[in-house]
Amino acid sequence: MSVDTAQRPTGPAPAPSRGKRPSRTGSGMVGSSQGGRWWLYLLLTVALVAVIAPFVWMVLGSFKGEGELRQVPPTWLPESASLDNYTQLFSKLNFGQYFTNSIVVAVVVTAGNLVFCSMLGYALAMLDFRGKKAIFIAVMGTLMIPGVVTFVPLFVLVANAGLIDTIPGLFLPFLVSPFGVFLMRQFILGLPKDLLDAGRVDGAGELRIFWRIILPLCGPALATLGILTFLGSWNNFLWPLVVAQSEDKYTLPVALALYSTGQNSTNYGLLLAGATVVIIPILVVFLIFQKRFIEGIATTGLK
Amino acid sequence: MTAQTGTTGSSAGPVTPPPVSSPGRPDDGSSRGRGDGGSLGRVGSGRRREGRAAWILAIPFCLLFLAFTAWPVIQSLFMSITDTRARDLRHPFGVNVIGLDNFTKALSDPTFRKAAANTAYFVLIGMPLTLVVALAAAVALDKGITRFRAVFRLGFYMPVITSIVAVAVVWRFLLQDPGGLINTVLGWVGITGPNWLGDPNWSMPSLILMATWRNFGTAMIIFLAGLQAVPAELHEAAAIDGANAWKRFRFVTMPLLRPTLLFVMVTTAIGYLQFFEEPFVMTKGGPLNSTISLSMYTYQQFGFGNYGLASAMSYIIFVVIAIVTALQFRLLRERT
Repeated sequence: MSVDTAQRPTGPAPAPSRGKRPSRTGSGMVGSSQGGRWWLYLLLTVALVAVIAPFVWMVLGSFKGEGELRQVPPTWLPESASLDNYTQLFSKLNFGQYFTNSIVVAVVVTAGNLVFCSMLGYALAMLDFRGKKAIFIAVMGTLMIPGVVTFVPLFVLVANAGLIDTIPGLFLPFLVSPFGVFLMRQFILGLPKDLLDAGRVDGAGELRIFWRIILPLCGPALATLGILTFLGSWNNFLWPLVVAQSEDKYTLPVALALYSTGQNSTNYGLLLAGATVVIIPILVVFLIFQKRFIEGIATTGLK
Repeated sequence: MTAQTGTTGSSAGPVTPPPVSSPGRPDDGSSRGRGDGGSLGRVGSGRRREGRAAWILAIPFCLLFLAFTAWPVIQSLFMSITDTRARDLRHPFGVNVIGLDNFTKALSDPTFRKAAANTAYFVLIGMPLTLVVALAAAVALDKGITRFRAVFRLGFYMPVITSIVAVAVVWRFLLQDPGGLINTVLGWVGITGPNWLGDPNWSMPSLILMATWRNFGTAMIIFLAGLQAVPAELHEAAAIDGANAWKRFRFVTMPLLRPTLLFVMVTTAIGYLQFFEEPFVMTKGGPLNSTISLSMYTYQQFGFGNYGLASAMSYIIFVVIAIVTALQFRLLRERT
């Protein structure tokens, strides 16, 4: 314990400098050896295996045949791996269409949020205009309202607009989000305001300043918002379940949910392959952007 | 600051960085340009131009927001005091205002009460469990180890990003009895696992377990960020004073982590109070309504076409969330 505390002269405790994290070169300073405690590694590894196991089992299971999946006790590695489940998924069950629908909805929703939320976020952060305060209060006030409150009227609205069972009906209600505005506004508040004046001195119009000067500096915030929005849309389940009524409008989660309770509910291999198809794309996106992702969650503090 | 201005503005020509006190920086809400004399001629028209530009930027969001968020919130409140049903969709003026009947009806409905009790069970057990697991993982990753930190962090976070529907498919297999992976593993050590989802006593614990697995990653990441903001000097000072690891955690880390803890508690509670997808895809609320939640029962009423009643229920959930949030703020703010 406390090996390297020795290098610190005894005396009055140093005044803590709160705020920025000090250099943590001595990570082992809380009394561990160089690599940390071995039993902690063991514990964490066991936990990691437990957390990851369902995914591994899912992917492995998707290559198994029906007979093997029903076997008691269950097997880990497939005895005879085949792609049958996947070929069935895309030939017999039209998963290609659901995949396309999911992508289209997620891309449109993400684009809408990036554009509209950054526009308002910029206006709220840097510009002065009538009604600014009212907009800000209204948007922030809805941040805490649970989705279940707006669900019924939203359905009525979309039904009256004739958008039930259409692709626009799937994405229109999600094109903007109060959270997106909050995120963008907070980020843009941190940018130097001199940027505006520089642009104005150069004779750039107000919209051009936003588009050419501010937006290119918003990369990190846009990336965070974009990833979170895409993820939310991809996994969104309840709304598409209610709105998409004919089979060619299903998104992936809807199709999987209906198949897992419908006539294919006993076709285990097919369901596991379907679950894999739902999870793998988002997993790839996550692995590519994971650093930004985790930083975003840590700083915005929201899922 | 100025350097940045110069480089970004240079595309339009040479730039003279403006003086810091130039007009047009309404960061504190004060009207721009007033009283600092610079370029008086431009101030009036510039301000109008700025206002117009701001509105052009704000309009798309505001229209969508009004249509799809603000209006539904208000309409939901109105619906909750009417007897609106699905068939009234085409005759919106045929509905009757019935006052608070929907609310009394909901509160005296035994299934609604059961759903409320289930939701309380889920939150009161699930939230502390999620927080403890998340905090333990965060502390272990922050202080306990120096290598493979990113790997563990990534792995623990993975369940968060996955679709609940896909997760449900997998977990139903894992929880199967007999023959599920979990009961098989328990069998190796001589334990006969219960029929997880089929037994009314075990169905809710199963869902809590699954929700914890799926959600602790988010809390862990936020805790990690909070832990890393705790100055190392404080720990060193406490160690000099003879505090052991637990005491340092309890009296140095925890007080400084309080804002983070408050934040994670509030967001987790808000999420868990609305819990819906887990029972919806795993158990349909059963067996014997042992896993039906407030949100799910509300959704069922919507499905039956009882829009007025469903709206009233949704507002009850909203009020509960608001109260729980306010309580948590009180409890954790007080002693700072």
